[in-house]
Amino acid sequence: MTDTATHLSGEKARLGAPSISGFTEEGENLSPLNAAEVSSPLGGDASKAHSHGAGAGIPDSSRAGRKTSYNVEDFAALTGREEDFRFTPLKRLGGLHKNELTGAAPEVSFTGAKAVTLETVAMTDARVGSAGIPEDRVSANAWKYAAEAKVLTIPADSSGEEVTVTFTGTSTEAAASHLVVIAEKNSESVLVIDHVGSAVLAQNIEIDVREGAKLTVISLQAWADDAIHASAHLAKVGKDAHLKHIAVTYGGDLVRVTPSAHFEGEGGEVELFGLYFADAGQHLEHRLFVDHATPNCKSNVLYKGALQGKDAHTVWVGDVLIRKEAKGTNSYEANRNLVLTDGARSDSVPNLEIETGLIDGAGHASTTGRFNDEHLFYLMARGIDEKTARRLVVRGFLNEIVQQIRVPEIEERLAETIERELAATDS
Amino acid sequence: MSTLEIKDLHVSIETEQGEKEILKGVSLTIKTGETHAIMGPNGSGKSTLASTIAGHPRYTVTSGSITLDGADVLEMSVDERARAGLFLAMQYPVEVPGVSMTNFLRTAKTAIDGTAPKLRTWTKEVKTAMEALKIDAEFASRNVNEGFSGGEKKRVEILQLELFKPKFAILDETDSGLDVDALKTVSEGVNRAKEENQMGTLLITHYTRILRYIKPDFVHVFVDGKIAEQGGAELADRLEDEGYDRFLNVPA
Repeated sequence: MTDTATHLSGEKARLGAPSISGFTEEGENLSPLNAAEVSSPLGGDASKAHSHGAGAGIPDSSRAGRKTSYNVEDFAALTGREEDFRFTPLKRLGGLHKNELTGAAPEVSFTGAKAVTLETVAMTDARVGSAGIPEDRVSANAWKYAAEAKVLTIPADSSGEEVTVTFTGTSTEAAASHLVVIAEKNSESVLVIDHVGSAVLAQNIEIDVREGAKLTVISLQAWADDAIHASAHLAKVGKDAHLKHIAVTYGGDLVRVTPSAHFEGEGGEVELFGLYFADAGQHLEHRLFVDHATPNCKSNVLYKGALQGKDAHTVWVGDVLIRKEAKGTNSYEANRNLVLTDGARSDSVPNLEIETGLIDGAGHASTTGRFNDEHLFYLMARGIDEKTARRLVVRGFLNEIVQQIRVPEIEERLAETIERELAATDS
Repeated sequence: MSTLEIKDLHVSIETEQGEKEILKGVSLTIKTGETHAIMGPNGSGKSTLASTIAGHPRYTVTSGSITLDGADVLEMSVDERARAGLFLAMQYPVEVPGVSMTNFLRTAKTAIDGTAPKLRTWTKEVKTAMEALKIDAEFASRNVNEGFSGGEKKRVEILQLELFKPKFAILDETDSGLDVDALKTVSEGVNRAKEENQMGTLLITHYTRILRYIKPDFVHVFVDGKIAEQGGAELADRLEDEGYDRFLNVPA
């Protein structure tokens, strides 16, 4: 009897996960760059990584079993073999997972507020840690080294607030930063979190969407080319609250964004959108987690990415967990990638765990398509020149996410960014 | 009056076994308003001719010429050919991810005409043409050919033919995979385009079935990369009765 059978027993059913001996839950695919940090070559210990419950740092087959802790010491040192780091080239992580993060954190500026406030508080403030708890070692390391926290408060019953918090990096010494966003009861607002400049940054963003509140968070990873950024977005979604979260990533050498959303009451709704555009050499990774632990909540996930150039690499992992208590859940997640040139690589892994049959719906989808010569020929045979044809396809593809943003300046900026990225393809 | 002239055309493709000649000297002249049917057994080079006229990169012209009113078509890029008034209704239209039909049609029309069509009349024109071809209005918001059935893809090719108003249309086995009703609908579209725009048509087909609905002025029989016989519509009738055997059985 293989251990594969054990986690299929009982009422737990797992979709989309092949049970092949020697493979991890989502296929045998460690980042080749981690090979040196792995104590033995692939096929040695790595092939045994499927065993459950044994050894520190090897997660249970269910996302529910993943370790969470405020203390970095509770997480074992990373080897690159861990489920949640197997795609991440640790050598390019700038030490965020193991070093002291004592560099200067990016400067924070704040614009557009009417009633929204931004305070600087000590990490011992009661509000720090009120919405989230680190789910991986980098996030815990950021927690340990953050010198202070920013707390952004959207007052109860306020509406129409549209604020921007900009993180401007000026140093490439490894640093940590912490932001707490509190959308108080029945507030309605849009928050843009912009990341520009150069940085080596581990970051935690707690997002507390309280009862009846409606919050849109647009996080732009628009870094300079050399930036390294690992960012955990830890969201708590209250009763009848609505979080719309949009991650937009196109700048930086290595960017890893891990949004997770936990429902705290019935009637909550979460929309997680993402858009990424990876160029030659870039590693852009998005790992999200939607934790349905209460009845009658809704989640919808859609990430779209375009890739071009040698060794452009994108990773998308979508974990959706519908716990036994979460009756009446309605959930869907999808990831779509468009590979524009040879030499780029896209990994896409949707994981859907369903522990109750009493749900409204649950589904997942993942596609990775190529823009190829036949598409080009078809469009050109209709009189459309090559440049226009390429733009037409990429813009059309990404537009589904862009139009979710509904902040004209950001939409414009993204349109320009896409144009610029495409101009790079032309040359 | 325009003329599309193909003279002694030789075309090769790269295969794993090396270069292979598919067309071995094809000459053909089509004037606007004329309908030429090209018939022949599978592998005789019919579709190669169609793709070569449109400029598909897979096909290499080794000698001969294609001119449109004297202009050298072989010197033009794929999109220039389309803008010059050539249209290829493809045998296997590809699905283009991310591009809605509406956006695609408008962009192509703008490219071909050199100016953007007036939004209101254009929308109406598209709608009318779609109705005539019995294409569900919902298709306009879908991505180009995405999830369309074989028959739907063919209708959409003819929709473009009607909207873009080319001087010459090459229909590459548009009839394949269509049931009788769809064949009729599609044929009516082609006939409308011919009447309204004096379009010249190169109709490539394996079967005579479509010729009941689209009347050819000339029929050319393709065998082994060359025109083996040509005549009027009556030649098609003869092929219907006799098939291609008498061409294939002739010793080389």
